[in-house]
Amino acid sequence: MSVSQVTDASFKQEVINNNLPVLVDFWAPWCGPCRMVSPVVDEIAEEYESSIKVVKINTDDNPTIAAEYGIRSIPTLMIFKAGERVDTVIGAVPKSTLASTLNKYIS
Amino acid sequence: MAVSAVVNVAADGATTNGGEAPLPAPSLEDAPAVELEGSALPPSTPPTPVRDVIIIGSGPAAHTAAIYAARAERQPLMFEGMLAAGVAAGGQLTTTTEVENFPGFPGGLSGPDLTDRFRAHSIAAGTEIITETVSAVDLAVRPFKVSTEWGGTYFAHSLIIATGATARRLDIPGTGETGPEAYWQQGVSACAVCDGAAPTFRDKPLAVIGGGDTAMEEALFLAKYGSSVTVVHRRDELRASKVMQRRALAHPKIRVAYSAGVAAAKGDGSLLKTIVLKDLKSGATTEQPCNGLFFAVGHVPNTTFLGGQVTLDADGYILTKPGTTRTSVDGVFAAGDVQDKQWRQAVTAAGSGCMAAMELEHFMATLGEQPEEEPVQELPVQSEATLHTLAPAHGH
Repeated sequence: MSVSQVTDASFKQEVINNNLPVLVDFWAPWCGPCRMVSPVVDEIAEEYESSIKVVKINTDDNPTIAAEYGIRSIPTLMIFKAGERVDTVIGAVPKSTLASTLNKYIS
Repeated sequence: MAVSAVVNVAADGATTNGGEAPLPAPSLEDAPAVELEGSALPPSTPPTPVRDVIIIGSGPAAHTAAIYAARAERQPLMFEGMLAAGVAAGGQLTTTTEVENFPGFPGGLSGPDLTDRFRAHSIAAGTEIITETVSAVDLAVRPFKVSTEWGGTYFAHSLIIATGATARRLDIPGTGETGPEAYWQQGVSACAVCDGAAPTFRDKPLAVIGGGDTAMEEALFLAKYGSSVTVVHRRDELRASKVMQRRALAHPKIRVAYSAGVAAAKGDGSLLKTIVLKDLKSGATTEQPCNGLFFAVGHVPNTTFLGGQVTLDADGYILTKPGTTRTSVDGVFAAGDVQDKQWRQAVTAAGSGCMAAMELEHFMATLGEQPEEEPVQELPVQSEATLHTLAPAHGH
């Protein structure tokens, strides 16, 4: 499983400064739909291992990043490319939807 | 503002997912295709093996039914839904923080922990669980046909419907989704646990409409994040259990507005800013700052997918024969909140799930060629043989 957790402190290094596109999964432990989408994100991480990086961030523990990116509902999935946010998916979506969204940003 | 887990219940009872972005429809080319709709002749055999029972649901009723059915070697198939009705598998308990009244857990546990346990137990007993949402059923055919949102088709001799209920909203100006002042998901929600911790509510005045245990729980939860919580209740006495009332009223950040209602929700066009409270006795109104308004006013049973094929009562709950889980369709059983508007507790739902599985056994026995009674002739033959054996020992 290639999904690591990032924090307020490590976000810049792991996400913004990454050469690969990064899929960020904003979640919280008490969030049911986040738990539903988590295995989908894990599968995506495995299938897209060479082309994207996938990370998760707990919004309870990392309120600074959550506020900076205006997270209002979770789960929220964000795609970053070259340090810029390029897409946002709000809510738990099926794998096929996430995959087709990601495909737009993979060279 | 919702974790796209909140349901918008339209006037016709249809539900859609909430959230700032609508959930995109799944891509159909990925869906398994077992569709026989287009063929001119009816199929001679169903495309998938016919199950003894399919259980639709994922809460305490569904899992208890699954455990009992699995132990009766019915090999139950459960559809726990992929965010069915906008709620995670596990149901209403997944949006409950502490469960302190389910017997067996003196220290209490979280709703999701409890549903995880139910699920593990179902699987350990032998239940197959598919994480898909059932979109329709056909009860005019035998075996019954179950269709899923992603194109799957399944057949079963019997069904246990345990799809629960979803949080209700009130039709208050400013709390909808369309119009110049429409703050649904922009400050208005029906799930405090889902949304209360969002940064936009931090240290802001919040409000909860309701007077039962859910309203108390939501107020206590929100009090951790907001600067104040106003509970708005239309009666002059709360309905909640004494323990919950005491706890909520003792909290310095919580106050209750009795005999009051919210007349309107107002804001700046994109976010909720104030609510207009109305004194239901005098008619007087006061406007107060509010950045988060939460409904805690009951639930709507999830029965739309049944397409009217099962008789419902006036409030939309599945009608069951009193003291049973039997519905208007033979072989279809209903358990839990989807058929219970009176008790609506996790433990009563679990109890009715057990009943459904036991009634299922009775139903299966009446199906097809299986006789219910054992042949009686065998016993006397055995007795005579025993007597013959014993007779010589009596020195006859």
